[in-house]
Amino acid sequence: MHNSRTGGCGAAISTCVIVVLCAAVFMAAFLAGTMSYAQTAQPPSAAALTPPAEFAVEDAPSDSGRCFFLTWKKMPYDGPGVEYVVYMSSQGGNGPFEECDRFESTSRFKADVPWPFWAWNKTKEYHWTEVELQEAAATGKREKFRTPKTEQRWFKVAATDGTQTVETSVASAVAGPNWLNQVKLNNLLFMALFASVVLFFIAKAKKKDLFLRKIPGLSAVDEALGRATEMGKPIFFLTGRLGVSSISTIAATTILGEVAKKVAKYDTQLRVPHCDPIVLGLCQEVTKQAYLTAGRPDAYKEDSNYFITSDQFAYTAAVDGQMLRERPAACFYMGYYYAEALLLAEAGAGVGAIQIAGSDADTQLPFFVTVCDYTLIGEELYAASAYLSREPVLLGSLRGQDIGKIVIMIVLLLGVLLGTIWVLFDLQRTTGIPYTRLLEPFRAF
Amino acid sequence: MFFKRTLPLTICFVMGVLFAAQYFVPHPWSEDLLTLSQEWTIVVGAFAAFLGYYSIVRVHAIKVKRHIPGWGFSVVALASFAVMFVLGCLAQGASIDPASGKQTVFGWVYSNMMVPLQGTMFSILAFFIASAAFRAFRARTFEAALLLLAAVVVMFGRVPLGEYIWKCIFPGGPGGGGINMANITDWVMSFPNMAGQRGIAFGIVLGGLAMSLRIIFGIEKTYLGGGKE
Repeated sequence: MHNSRTGGCGAAISTCVIVVLCAAVFMAAFLAGTMSYAQTAQPPSAAALTPPAEFAVEDAPSDSGRCFFLTWKKMPYDGPGVEYVVYMSSQGGNGPFEECDRFESTSRFKADVPWPFWAWNKTKEYHWTEVELQEAAATGKREKFRTPKTEQRWFKVAATDGTQTVETSVASAVAGPNWLNQVKLNNLLFMALFASVVLFFIAKAKKKDLFLRKIPGLSAVDEALGRATEMGKPIFFLTGRLGVSSISTIAATTILGEVAKKVAKYDTQLRVPHCDPIVLGLCQEVTKQAYLTAGRPDAYKEDSNYFITSDQFAYTAAVDGQMLRERPAACFYMGYYYAEALLLAEAGAGVGAIQIAGSDADTQLPFFVTVCDYTLIGEELYAASAYLSREPVLLGSLRGQDIGKIVIMIVLLLGVLLGTIWVLFDLQRTTGIPYTRLLEPFRAF
Repeated sequence: MFFKRTLPLTICFVMGVLFAAQYFVPHPWSEDLLTLSQEWTIVVGAFAAFLGYYSIVRVHAIKVKRHIPGWGFSVVALASFAVMFVLGCLAQGASIDPASGKQTVFGWVYSNMMVPLQGTMFSILAFFIASAAFRAFRARTFEAALLLLAAVVVMFGRVPLGEYIWKCIFPGGPGGGGINMANITDWVMSFPNMAGQRGIAFGIVLGGLAMSLRIIFGIEKTYLGGGKE
């Protein structure tokens, strides 16, 4: 938790409101969506074939406009040996029809669609199949931002057991693109709620000071810079291996800005080797502005930021070599790293530098924790700019993060509780609802 | 101020909202927008490469000119850069000559010099892991002792030697042979380790989202240079 003293009541109320809202929305949708799922399937019988009932064709929801969904009722004769054949025509209801799909009557139900309950009525009472307009999609010649062509197709389904065949009447639909992917509604809702909470606390932070717990890695920045100044040795600051589109690189550049301000005040040498030319340009501007803000534009050196190479190990070898030659007093490793994390950090440790790392690369964090003096773990990297600048609006967003974490903790506890109850009382059998469906609101589809 | 702050922040806000929405829109236009942005990124990246080349040449040329300590390395760097640039131009960037099917000199230099050098650098990692492990596994505190224990269990569970030693200690296997080192390792990796990783992942995702919001809404402006206006 970043903040642990103030605003306990507000935080608790916000948390409760979010949890209750989420629970209410999803439980309502869940109950509505699972009513039909609980119905029990009827055993197959060896009746004479009749045309599949309630045959319907619709434009596939939540897609880019190339798919049709076909549904019809589960028939009493469904069983081994009986197949469904789907025919499609692009000319009209009178054909000609071409076979586009064939499958066993014991397969493909609406319940098989891997969609959550709020976007799809999962039931075993209806067959379901999808037909994608392959040939048109394969050409891929559509010009960008042209209105997609809506295409009408005619379908019929035949049931056959090898000796007799019965067909449905012809049904048609027009495939068109959709503007909202309903399957991802849960993500949208959570994102909107979380954004609201963060923005609320940012607004609140403008009026009231928020407490921020001490982050040792960031508190040690001054110590590292002071040591470098005393020793008259440079500081190495690395912004990670990823480009400017990575959020961790942006976080690294914001920390660079704050570090550069202090470097300018102390008149220490700064070295920022880069492996991405765009990040180089960005960091040059950040560093220059930092020196200006610190009132030391004269101390700024154009060569403090420099490009080495975008090749992973060539970059690592070059930086390691520079470290060994220049023996920096402090090294900062911020951003995302791959295998070079340990190679860089060990070289820094070898020359006796104070090392502060901050990364969201969870696979490399153990190496940084082992080798560096201080490590910003995951989200602390993102919190660093707020911590170093102490700007109230930035601190407010950290409180929003804390609320998000509280919500996740409550959801985890509720999930464990529900799962335990579901298994203990065998509720899957009584309700017909598998436990995994309860977790759908928290899954990415 | 308009071109330095207002315009970049406006572009950032519009594009941020647009691409956040893009994730939820399956319409082909949404896909087109994403493709277009990716193409633009490639084009901008290609032009930005020149900025990188300029930086390399400038930094090393200054070092050579001023005879800054270690300038000999800069001579090697500049010479390598020039040689690879010429060879790359002659081979038109191809490792294999499309006409003859033979390896170009550019390809030969890459395969026989660059690749082994990369391999050498990567292989150093093994030694660094050993030295880092030695540093981490000194059981000076309770937490470090726990880490050491977990590390020993996982290491023994992942190497054939560990399984052999386990079988020597428990010939029949404890619990009727149902428990072995691999099971214990899997448990350590799947439960305590996974729980820790997911905790960090939750923090990263929420932190990333909050950071994105700060950038989109122009609250975080440090990346534009400077801090407060």
